[in-house]
Amino acid sequence: MTGGPHAPPGDPAALTAAGAARAMRDGTLTSAALTDAYLARIAAHDPHLNAYLTVTADDARAQAAEADRRRAAGEDGPLLGVPFALKDLFTTAGIRTTAGSRMLEGYVPPDDAEPYRRLRAAGAVLLGKLNMDEFAMGSSNESSAFGPARNPWDPGRSPGGSSGGAAAAVAADLCAFALGTDTGGSIRQPAALCGVVGLKPTYGRVSRRGMVAFASSLDQAGPLAKDVRDAALVLDAIAGHDPADATSADRPVPDHAAAVAAAGADLGGLRIGVPAEYFADGLDPAVRAAVEAAVMDLEAAGARRVAISLPHSVYAVAVYYLVATAEASANLARYDGLRYGRAVPDDDLWARYARTRGEGFGLEVKRRIVLGTFALSAGYHDAYYGRATRVRRRIRADFDAALARCDVIVGPTSPTTAFRLGERTGDPLAMYLSDIYTIALNLAGYPGLSVPCGLAGGLPVGLQIMGRPWGEPTVLRVARVYERVAGLRAAERA
Amino acid sequence: MQAAHPPSDLDAFELVVGLETHVQLVTASKMFCACAADADLAAPNTRTCPVCLGLPGALPVPNAHAVALAVRAALALGCTVHAHTRFERKSYHYPDLPKGYQISQYTRPLGTGGGLDVDVEGRAGHVRLERLHIEEDTARLVHAAGETRVDFNRAGIPLVEIVTRPDLRSPDAAAAYVETLRHLLRWIGVSTAAMASGALRVDVNCSLRRFGDPALGTKVEIKNLNSIAAVRAALAYERRRQAACLARGEAVAHETRGWDEAAGRTTPQRGKEHAHDYRYFPEPDLPPLVLPEAWLTEQRAALPELPAARRGRLVAAHGLRPEDARLLTRDRATADYFEAVLATDGATRADPEATPPGPGAGPAPAPATSVAAWITGPLFAALYARGLDVAAVRNHLPPAHLAALVALVASGVVTANVGKRVLGEMIDTGSRARDIVDRDGLAQVDDAADLRRIAEGVVAANPKAVADYRAGKTASLGFLIGGVMKATHAQANPDAARRAVVEALERSAGG
Ligand SMILES: [Zn+2]
Repeated sequence: MTGGPHAPPGDPAALTAAGAARAMRDGTLTSAALTDAYLARIAAHDPHLNAYLTVTADDARAQAAEADRRRAAGEDGPLLGVPFALKDLFTTAGIRTTAGSRMLEGYVPPDDAEPYRRLRAAGAVLLGKLNMDEFAMGSSNESSAFGPARNPWDPGRSPGGSSGGAAAAVAADLCAFALGTDTGGSIRQPAALCGVVGLKPTYGRVSRRGMVAFASSLDQAGPLAKDVRDAALVLDAIAGHDPADATSADRPVPDHAAAVAAAGADLGGLRIGVPAEYFADGLDPAVRAAVEAAVMDLEAAGARRVAISLPHSVYAVAVYYLVATAEASANLARYDGLRYGRAVPDDDLWARYARTRGEGFGLEVKRRIVLGTFALSAGYHDAYYGRATRVRRRIRADFDAALARCDVIVGPTSPTTAFRLGERTGDPLAMYLSDIYTIALNLAGYPGLSVPCGLAGGLPVGLQIMGRPWGEPTVLRVARVYERVAGLRAAERA
Repeated sequence: MQAAHPPSDLDAFELVVGLETHVQLVTASKMFCACAADADLAAPNTRTCPVCLGLPGALPVPNAHAVALAVRAALALGCTVHAHTRFERKSYHYPDLPKGYQISQYTRPLGTGGGLDVDVEGRAGHVRLERLHIEEDTARLVHAAGETRVDFNRAGIPLVEIVTRPDLRSPDAAAAYVETLRHLLRWIGVSTAAMASGALRVDVNCSLRRFGDPALGTKVEIKNLNSIAAVRAALAYERRRQAACLARGEAVAHETRGWDEAAGRTTPQRGKEHAHDYRYFPEPDLPPLVLPEAWLTEQRAALPELPAARRGRLVAAHGLRPEDARLLTRDRATADYFEAVLATDGATRADPEATPPGPGAGPAPAPATSVAAWITGPLFAALYARGLDVAAVRNHLPPAHLAALVALVASGVVTANVGKRVLGEMIDTGSRARDIVDRDGLAQVDDAADLRRIAEGVVAANPKAVADYRAGKTASLGFLIGGVMKATHAQANPDAARRAVVEALERSAGG
C-alpha cells in the first residue's frame, strides 16, 4: 500500500512480527536491534502521534537482551524477541497503568494482566503502554485524559477508539503488534481507521484478568497487528482458559496460526453472509464501494454470497449504551480515592467522594456512569436495563440464525473513514454511531476481525469479518485469503 | 424519658418481628479470592489481595466449598435449593465496600422457603423463612482517636444471609429463634456461629400493631445485634418505645436504628441513609451458578442427622427424658459421645478384670439413663470447671473409659462420690477408672466381716454414744456410722455400715 505512515523498507521496524521472528531465527536480526529500531521510531514519531502514554525503554532493552539470550540458548517461538505494546488498560506490575484517566494518576499495579503475562512468557518485548479513551469509553481516543492519539495517515484525524493509541502505533510501525480491548468495537474500529488488522475474539477466549474493566460482559482483549498472520500468532499466545477468570472458557484452543498458514487462496464452498442492515443509510458511499469491492474479491476467490438479515441490529447501539453503561457504573464505583489513585481529601465522606470522582473522571465517563446508574435505578430498572438484556438475547439469536445459513458475515467495520479530531466531540450520539457495525457482535459475544480493504479519499477502510462462537480459525482464514488476493501491504512485506 | 410507659400500652399492641441473620461460613479462604478467612486472628490488612481490595482488573472466583456449606445450611433449614441461581451486584458507596458494590444474591437466591421449629417458653412454634442467600462480607471500620481506619481482612469473607418471615411475636421468641438457628448451624458444621466474634450477626425488623389488626405497622430496623441478650433487650426496648409513640397518637418513623448497649436503648442510625437504591443486576464477572443434581445429593448426604431428629431418637430408642435428650444434643460431639458410650462393651459390663462384687451378682448393666445422668451431671460439671467441652476431652476420656466408670459405680465397686472424683483424674490424665481405683484402694469396703470388726471397734471406743443411743438419742447412731465411714476412708457402703453398727450395738447389748 502506498502513501501509508510506515517505516521505510530496510528498517526492521517495517517487518511484521512473523517476518521479524524469521529474521531473528535466520540470525540476520537481533531482538536488541529490532527493539532499538522501534524505540528510535517512537522517539522520532510519537511526539506527533501521542500513541504512547508510557515508554518503558530500559525494560524493553533488558527484555530484548534476555530474548536474544534465550534464542542463543536454542529456544525459539513465534513471538520470542518481538516488540509490542499494550493498551494502557492492561495492568503491568511496577509500571503505571492509567486507563487513560486522571483517576488512576500514580497507580502502579502489583500484578500483570494475564494476556500480558502470557506474551511475556512467550518472550515478547514490552515497549510501553498505549493511549486510549478514558476507561475505554470513546470511539476517537479524544476522551483520553492525556490528549488524543493521532491517526498516522492524517494527524488531524482521529485514530478511532478506544484502542486508538494501539492502532496508531501499529500503523506507524511504532511496535510490531499491540494488545487492545474491544467492548463495542474498540479494537476493530480503530484498526479500520488506521489500516491495520484488529481481532476481537469470542467472549471468554482470552482472560480478562488484569484488564481494567469497562463492561465486564462485553470486554475482550485481542491483537492489533500488521497482518492477519500476526493476529493469529498473537491470539495463539494469549488465548486459553484462566481459572482465575470465571468467565474465561475452559475449552481447547485451536492452532490459529496453522489455520492461517493453510489458508491458501481458495474459498470454494464458503458462504459469506452479507447483512442488508450493514449497508443502509449512514454508510459513507466511498466506504461502501471499498467494502463491496472486497466482497466481490471474496466471491472471486470462490466464496458464495448469501443475503442475510440481522433485524435487531438497529437496536444494538441503544442496547449497548444501557448494558455497557450499567455494568460500567458498578465497575467504576471502586474509584473512590480511598485506597489508590487520585484522591481529593475532604472532611466529609460524601464531599470527598464527589470531589474525587468529579475531578478524576472526564466528561464522557461521567456521562456513562450517570446513564448506567439511571438504567439500573428503581422504577427504571426493568424498562431500561431489563429490556436491554432481553433485546440483547434477540440480537444474539439474529446472529445464530444468520450463521446457520453462512460461515462468516462480512460488512464494513466503520460507517466512515477516520474523522477529524473534534468533529464529533460535541455530539455524543454521532460518536456512538461510529460503532454501529461493531457493537452488535459484542452483545452476541462472537468473534470479529477488521482487515484493511483499500483506501477511500486516501484513508484506510476496514472490512469486518464476523464468525460463529469459537470460529476464529474460519474468520482468520477468510481474512488471510482476502489479504492475499487483494495483494495488500502485509503480503508485500512478509 | 421513654422508660416509664404504663403497661397498658404494651398490652394493647402486638409486636411483629422478622430477623435477618448474617452467618459466616467456615472456610479456609474467602468467598472470591484465595486470602485466608481468619480475619480475627490476623493483624489488620494482612489478609488482602487485588480481588478483595477491589484493585483495577481483579476478578472474583467463587469458593466452591462456601457454596457447599451454604447449600447444606439451606437444606438443613428446609429451604428449596435452587439449582440455577446467580450472583448479583448490590451497589452503594461506603468505605467498607472496596468495589463500590457487594457481590450478593437478589432475584435468584440459593434457597427460598423453609423454616425452623423454635420452642418459646416450652411451647412449640415454627418460624418460616423467606430466603437464604450467599454474599461477601464487607470490610471493618475501626474508629479510634478521631480517625476511621479500614481493615479489609473481613472484606470478602463468605456469608449466608437468612431472612425470616415476620413470624415472631416477642423478644423471647426472637431470642429463641437466634439460639435455635445458632445451634443448628454449629450442629451441621457450616459456621462457628459465634456472635462475639461477629460470625453470626442479627438485624431485626420490628413493628407494632393493635391486637387483631391484620395490617402490619411501620417497620423499624435495628442493625448489627451481636448477642442474644442484645436481640432480646433491643426488641423489648423498641416495643416500649413504639407503644409509647402509638399511645401518644404519633406515627412510628420508618427508619434504621442501632442498639446502644451501654445506654440500653436504640438510637436512629445515620450514614448509609442516601443509599437505599442498591441497583442490583447480575454479576457479569461470574457465570450463573448451576448446581448439578449429583452434587446437591452429595451435600444432602454430607448433612448429619439434625438436632430435632436426634433428640427424638434419643427419647424413643433409649428412653431418655426430653430434657436429658436436649442436654445431650447441646452439640453434636456430646450426642455422638453419648451414643458411643452406649455402644461400648463396657457400658453393659464392668471391667473384664474386675472381680464381681458380690456372690452370684454379675456386674450391673449401666442403662442409657444412667450414662445420660453421668454425662449431663458429673461430666458436664467437670468439663465446666475446666473450661472444656466434650470434643476437647474425647481423646483423654474415650467413650469406653466413661462406660467402664459408669459400670464400676452401677455395680457397686465404687461409690458415686468416689466415681466423680475418679472422673476428674481420668479427664486430667487419661487414666482408666479401674487403674485409679486399684492404685488408691478406692474399692468400696463392703466385706461383711471387715465391717463387723470395724463397727465393733467403733462401738467399743464410744461408750458415751452407745449410752446415748440406748437412752433413746437416735442421733448418736449417725455419729457411730460416721465413725465407721471415717475408719474406712468413706469407702464403706453406707447401708452396709449402718447395718454393721446396728448389729454391733445389738451384740454389745446382749453380751
Ligand atoms: Zn483477597
